[in-house]
Amino acid sequence: MKAKARVVAEVDGHGRTRLAVLRGESPLLLRRTGRHTAEGVTVHLVGGAAGPLRGDELRLDVEVGPGARLEVLSVAAQLALPGRPAPASRLTVTADVAAGGALRWIPEPLIAAAGCDHVVVTRVAVEAGGSLLWRDDLVCGRHGEVCGDVLADTLVRYGGTTLHRHELAVGPRAPGWDGPAVLGAGRAIGTLLTAGPDAVTPGSAGPAVALMPLAGPGMLATAVGADIREVRAALDPLCAAGHVEGGRSRPPREITVRPPRLSARRGCR
Amino acid sequence: MSLATLLLLADGRLPSGGHAHSAGLEAQVTAGRVRSVADLDGFLRGKLATGGLVSAAFAAAACADATRWADLDAGLDARTPSPALRRASRAQGRALLRAGRAMWPVAGVGREPHQPVALGALAAAAGLSPGQAAVAAAHGAITGPASAAVRLLGLDPYRVHALLARLAPECDRIAEVAASRSGDAVDRLPASGAPLLDIGAEYHATWEVRLFAS
Repeated sequence: MKAKARVVAEVDGHGRTRLAVLRGESPLLLRRTGRHTAEGVTVHLVGGAAGPLRGDELRLDVEVGPGARLEVLSVAAQLALPGRPAPASRLTVTADVAAGGALRWIPEPLIAAAGCDHVVVTRVAVEAGGSLLWRDDLVCGRHGEVCGDVLADTLVRYGGTTLHRHELAVGPRAPGWDGPAVLGAGRAIGTLLTAGPDAVTPGSAGPAVALMPLAGPGMLATAVGADIREVRAALDPLCAAGHVEGGRSRPPREITVRPPRLSARRGCR
Repeated sequence: MSLATLLLLADGRLPSGGHAHSAGLEAQVTAGRVRSVADLDGFLRGKLATGGLVSAAFAAAACADATRWADLDAGLDARTPSPALRRASRAQGRALLRAGRAMWPVAGVGREPHQPVALGALAAAAGLSPGQAAVAAAHGAITGPASAAVRLLGLDPYRVHALLARLAPECDRIAEVAASRSGDAVDRLPASGAPLLDIGAEYHATWEVRLFAS
């Protein structure tokens, strides 16, 4: 299955964020959620089909214009599954944030089901003066299940310079991934990268979470846990709106998402 | 390309302060994740496939092209989120250059480059090839923590060296992959990370009493 989705947020004549483009196709569907507020616009990613399965080529492009504020969430975890024998499934996410723009990317976790072969390529470019909060959580296998192969390949540039470059490989093909250098007995990992004027202030370190000021203008928080609850406990407080929006509180968000229609092709076999 | 020169550069007895660093092992020993030779095996395999691959690729790239040193150094900054690990890498780069400058003429690499850049620059000065620089880097990535494990856990040194011998072919393979990619643009060079090493290094840096600097 091949699919492309695109969202472009820009500022209208009244200084409010509007979506100039909101386009997706199954399994990458995008829905605008919540109300118009001064805090910007929220979009939910809705999985319109099972997967990703091997052979899938998915691409999501996000663009945030000058002064616009966009938040991207997802309604459910993404479950990478094996499917038929085929090349690795691949999700490419690109994001461009202009000066004065702000992007918050906080999807639900990716779950690497046994036998999956999945690559996530993330390419983010933020102009100087733009703000970024980028969260990625990964769970290694469903409950009691062995982990499939996932490669997460991330590049974040800020102001024309590479701020963060990272690859994480888990699963049977990655040597030592479950050894004490990489994840140990941990089966969930989350990272939160913030950059720009609203970056999160680094805090104290502990045996399972680190808040690290990067060499460039940003911060990375990494948490490894036995399960996703431990990771959430460490990282969710850092994603609270006040942390990246200068202490302003957000109004309660209304989530009104219609359940997606599952495509027949992805039905039970 | 002298083999004896390569052995000198990769020798743990090179007075470059490497013995002061455990490459993240001390933090994982204290966290209870490394207790035995089997645990050390898992640690070293993960280390080799992540930091070992990155170090080897950057050492090979630095050895191949002196004009890329500054870019490679910035590339390692972008691959090292932990400030404690950036400090440790630069401290080791500086110490390595200090020893190396007494052995071979090396200039223009700065005072405190990241360790793989220093290693690559030194390998070039010694007349070694990028592939040899990669082997030295990959080898150093596992022999350092292996020797630290003997000191931290009192493991049987014979069994630890038997483990290193088993890992030697993987070390060669990683070095080969690293050298084959060393001409890539800096953003495309290997960037494999090891989250527990980042977390462990930050935690380790807060301890008042520790045996190793990192």
